[in-house]
Amino acid sequence: MKSNTLTIIKKEFARFFGDRQLLFTSVIMPGLLIYIIYSLMGSGMEKMMTEGQDEMVTLRVANLPPTLEPMVTGLPSTIILQQPVSQEDIDNLKDKDLNEVLVRFPEDFGEMVETYSPQSGVAAPNVEIYYNSANNASSRVYNMLDASLTAYEDQMANRFDINRATPDEETGEVPSFDMASQDDVLGSILSKLIPMLILMMLFSGVMAIAPSSIAGEKERGTIATLLVTPMRRNELALGKVVSLSGIALLSGLSSFIGIVLSLPRMIPADAAGVELGLNYTGADYTVLLLIILATVLIMASAVSLLSALAKDVKNAGTMITPLMLVVMFCGLVPMFQSHVPEGLAAYLIPFYNSIQVMTATFAHEMTWMPVVVTLGANVVYTGVAVWGLTKMFNSEKVMFSK
Amino acid sequence: MEREVILRTEGLSKTFTLSRKQQKIERSQEKRKTAVDTLSFEAYRGEIFGLLGPNGAGKTTTLRMLSTLIRPDSGDAVLDGYSVVNQPEAVRGKIGFLTSELKLEDFFTPNYLFDFFSRLHHVDESTAAARKEQMFSRFGIDKFAEVKVANLSTGMKQKLSLVISLVHNPDIVIFDEPTNGLDVLTARTVTDYLQELRSEGKTIILSTHIFSLVERLCDRVGIIIDGRMVACGTLDEVCNGMNIEDRFFELYKEVKGGEE
Repeated sequence: MKSNTLTIIKKEFARFFGDRQLLFTSVIMPGLLIYIIYSLMGSGMEKMMTEGQDEMVTLRVANLPPTLEPMVTGLPSTIILQQPVSQEDIDNLKDKDLNEVLVRFPEDFGEMVETYSPQSGVAAPNVEIYYNSANNASSRVYNMLDASLTAYEDQMANRFDINRATPDEETGEVPSFDMASQDDVLGSILSKLIPMLILMMLFSGVMAIAPSSIAGEKERGTIATLLVTPMRRNELALGKVVSLSGIALLSGLSSFIGIVLSLPRMIPADAAGVELGLNYTGADYTVLLLIILATVLIMASAVSLLSALAKDVKNAGTMITPLMLVVMFCGLVPMFQSHVPEGLAAYLIPFYNSIQVMTATFAHEMTWMPVVVTLGANVVYTGVAVWGLTKMFNSEKVMFSK
Repeated sequence: MEREVILRTEGLSKTFTLSRKQQKIERSQEKRKTAVDTLSFEAYRGEIFGLLGPNGAGKTTTLRMLSTLIRPDSGDAVLDGYSVVNQPEAVRGKIGFLTSELKLEDFFTPNYLFDFFSRLHHVDESTAAARKEQMFSRFGIDKFAEVKVANLSTGMKQKLSLVISLVHNPDIVIFDEPTNGLDVLTARTVTDYLQELRSEGKTIILSTHIFSLVERLCDRVGIIIDGRMVACGTLDEVCNGMNIEDRFFELYKEVKGGEE
């Protein structure tokens, strides 16, 4: 009688793959959209970060002390004009298209700094730097000046440093004080981000097709035609859950490919501070695959149950929303925790268990017991859900109530 | 010669819960309504048995119980040796059920649907292919075999529904209001086909409220009023020398008294 389940699965696939619009909106579009949006966001951010880098800026400096001359004149892409700065000049800077920075040192700045004592109770000499933060070039020069002057100040009153990045004389390498390996850094980023994305993608895949496949068949009256065939109700339930899981996996996979392809454009390797070389073992990938399968099964079962209860597709959407919020909440949990839970009971909670195992796997902290408990629990819950769906297909109240 | 009983119902009953709105419409305080009340009748192999009754008499509910779409509250029906209560899957393998509430998916073609339902009924491929060719040509579906159901005319959809319900060549055909909503041509095709099925030894159970259909098609008839069987037998036995329409109203008055 297993062949009936297979017949249902084939029909669901034929329905899905034969409908170009459905195929496009639920498999091709999610990945493509993610790729386009993330890439656009990445290039937008890059543009924002680099804009104004090469533009020339006029730097008017009043009373530039000779000791600071080399520092100021060494600033890249600037034209230095040593001249008094008037109030009119300052007002003109309100025009955000003006690539200018104005600096006013107090007269005798060098002497004042040398003789100044913080214990005297007198205010320290003040350097005024006028700039326009809406103008990227002006902002850039301000930041450089500020950093240089702060360094100059530190140098004068230097008592001690923290983590001084002095290049090694022989190799020229700058020593790193953060002893985390690149794997750990990347693992930590991925473990907080990717499991949530996977969960959301899989759920949106299920959402895109399950309501139409079950509530839709009820609404259109086509499920009754299936119910008068000799097929057992549990074969129909299993066929629906397996086919929906398969299609949802495809949709999730499309989104996943979209993310993977757009990630390097979104976070340039040097900006992330790590190289995006994934260093996971075959066991890690196997666990991920198994967990994704188990998760999609339980998702498809839960959404199918709700869709079967719903009167029509619209009603199904309303009923599934609370479940979506629960899944989203589970996805956010890793962001607020430092370690995955140790007690095995936590791995009995559906969705939460999947996210925790995926988090542990990405963070290189995976152990086998939680994986086994999660897989076992999800398979049992899927079994229970298929049983529940069978009951619903058997229930005239659920199937035929309008 | 003793005729073979292929369908026997015994004390078949079904009640439904009424919604408050429905209670108001029916001006009733009762929360439950009895749709079918201890219905018992028999049908013989190779005959057309008609369930005749006004709207709401319980005809469709009876047929839905026979097809195992809904379960009786009490009583049972045995079709070709299988109980609708205990062996619903086996019953579904023996019957072809057709009613307007059973729809076909718009997305698929007649060709695909015939094959799909043949597989669900475990008809082997060569038999299914031969039957498809014969049935499609009999009902003129062959020219539209690759047209999606959504694009078929209403008449063609109904003919396809009939063909699909019979993919497994069942011995018992249960037909709810067979000519309802059909144009005259399609209605004639269907009634002709029902007679053809009878000549092949099939048993047809149909429900209707059309007297002429009963007179033209049925070998035996059961008259249902308010969920109860008030008369059952051959047309001659039931009609008592009257025509079926007069006899029906006579029975209706007997059951309902003065009320309309």
